Amino acid sequence: MSKGRFGIHGGQYIPETLMNAVIELEDAYNQYKEDPGFQAELTELLNEYAGRPSRLYEARRMTEDLGGAKIYLKREDLNHTGAHKINNVLGQALLAKKMGKTRLIAETGAGQHGVATATAAALFGMECVVFMGEEDTRRQALNVYRMKLLGADVVPVRTGTATLKDAVSEAMREWTKRISDTHYCLGSVMGPHPFPTIVRDFQAVISREIRDQMLEKEGKLPDAVIACVGGGSNAIGSFYHFIPHKEVQLIGCEAAGRGVDTFETAATIATGREGIFHGMKSYFCQDEYGQIAPVYSISAGLDYPGIGPEHAWLHDTGRASYVAVTDSEAVDAFEYLSRTEGIIPAIESAHAVAWAIKTAGSMSSGQTIVVTLSGRGDKDCSSVAAFRGEKL
Amino acid sequence: MSRIQNAFSKGKAFIPFITCGDPDLQTTERTVLEAIRNGADLVELGIPFSDPTAEGPVIQEANLRALTGGVTTDKVFELVVSLRAQTDVPLVFMTYSNVVFSYGSDRFIRRCAETGIDGLILPDLPFEEKDEFLPLCRKYGIDLISLIAPTSEARTAMIAEEAEGFIYLVSSLGVTGTRSVITTDLDGIVRVIRQVTQVPVAIGFGISTPRMAADMAAKADGVIVGSAIVRLIAENGTKAPEKVAALVKDMKDALSREKEG
Repeated sequence: MSKGRFGIHGGQYIPETLMNAVIELEDAYNQYKEDPGFQAELTELLNEYAGRPSRLYEARRMTEDLGGAKIYLKREDLNHTGAHKINNVLGQALLAKKMGKTRLIAETGAGQHGVATATAAALFGMECVVFMGEEDTRRQALNVYRMKLLGADVVPVRTGTATLKDAVSEAMREWTKRISDTHYCLGSVMGPHPFPTIVRDFQAVISREIRDQMLEKEGKLPDAVIACVGGGSNAIGSFYHFIPHKEVQLIGCEAAGRGVDTFETAATIATGREGIFHGMKSYFCQDEYGQIAPVYSISAGLDYPGIGPEHAWLHDTGRASYVAVTDSEAVDAFEYLSRTEGIIPAIESAHAVAWAIKTAGSMSSGQTIVVTLSGRGDKDCSSVAAFRGEKL
Repeated sequence: MSRIQNAFSKGKAFIPFITCGDPDLQTTERTVLEAIRNGADLVELGIPFSDPTAEGPVIQEANLRALTGGVTTDKVFELVVSLRAQTDVPLVFMTYSNVVFSYGSDRFIRRCAETGIDGLILPDLPFEEKDEFLPLCRKYGIDLISLIAPTSEARTAMIAEEAEGFIYLVSSLGVTGTRSVITTDLDGIVRVIRQVTQVPVAIGFGISTPRMAADMAAKADGVIVGSAIVRLIAENGTKAPEKVAALVKDMKDALSREKEG
């Protein structure tokens, strides 16, 4: 079987035109991941530029209100650019620079990965082009403006459902057109090998910090770690160092949209089946003939018909469990966290908050939950207002 | 001699690509038969996919029109049965891995053999992943066509050594679609291929005019024309078969002149 497998999932299902590019990337990554100079440079960027380590905040009012497990929030929303996406982007941009690339291309759904990529490109003096579904450019107009302000070209993608999956397809097409000076800065733990591994490794800083912070604050590991899952980068980052610790429950929250029994859902584990798409074998929402389904979620960042191959494997082995959270539950959680803790979470992260709200009460007061707040919610205010029938 | 070998044994092969079900399957059937009547030596039949990542806008839109019109993999197999009753020209499928995988790889490839499909081209299946389908293709006698790209470099010989049916040489970087010029050193790539295999080489991607077809044919054993034909179908709908017939004739004439010259 080919490289980059997680159980049967993963692989490199891409056009021949791109094969040498991913091989070159893998070679460079293998060289630099053990390189102390590279790691020191990356750590300095993460700490001094992105503001790491991010806080592990004890949500006392939420804990008190829900009356069960003690809840901690991993504050990736406090990173520079407002989401976990910067962790991966700084790593990939630095790698691209070492490889002699001068241009970054990226896909984006909610715009957070696009903003992070545009930011890194500005910092490193690189050219940047971001592909974004036209539907998402409307839902996330503020982030489109931020990317342009940072000097990136934003290309609205009009094909298919004009959302995240189409942005990924278009970024892949663009990469086949121009490879020699261009790095495709993929934003999630998906796509062909080595992306799922590279992105996981760069996001694993989240669980490394959670582990250290929990040991310092509680003297033990958490009982559960909860994160939202689209492609799954903040979730795998939050889970990674806990995978060998079987006593830590790992819970990924998928976007159920209007419900897993409707067609307007993006819950891949709940409604998808095994397939091959976007360079990987994994679970995908698709019809009986393998046509990829036009998925839906209020959250542009989770509105994707697939899931990263390592999550598919964690699901197969039962090491992590995946649950579905509806638009309506996520919006309730968005408002709840804002009022209870004074923290406005990204609508993506609100899916994880919703599951914590649902389950904390059934756990004992001696137990602890860590919820990863993957991003901040400023960008979502207008779509949540619209959901509630208000116009801003 | 297999049908595919036969197609390359009579001079430079002309290979049109047609998206099945665009605008409907009856038109596809008539278009394929007209193309064959006017000299097509092998026909590439596209099974539409919702997210064709290797295609440019022209073929993307054809996929969308076909799917919107209700085409399914089963209906495409019915088309092949009907075509096979009327022609011996080799037919190869061009589609994406998920279309095969989702149908059930064994069931799909067995059905290919039963209906008279000769080969399978999957642009998202590189050398490293061909074991996904190759054992089944061997089992049922279907050629799994290898693609070689301008970026293949040191991979070229490795891929060519194990190639079967014919080699699809991608003319240039990027996705499918017409181009005004092709600047890749195709002669150099073909030389490398020739050192390791006698499997015929057909050049595709970006060839839109008889002149370009003749130029490309001079470098290889055949040419593949997709977007230029699909665009004619988009523009002419159910009246496309006659238009495609004329284009195929022009292309084939240009290739024959190439042979004489």
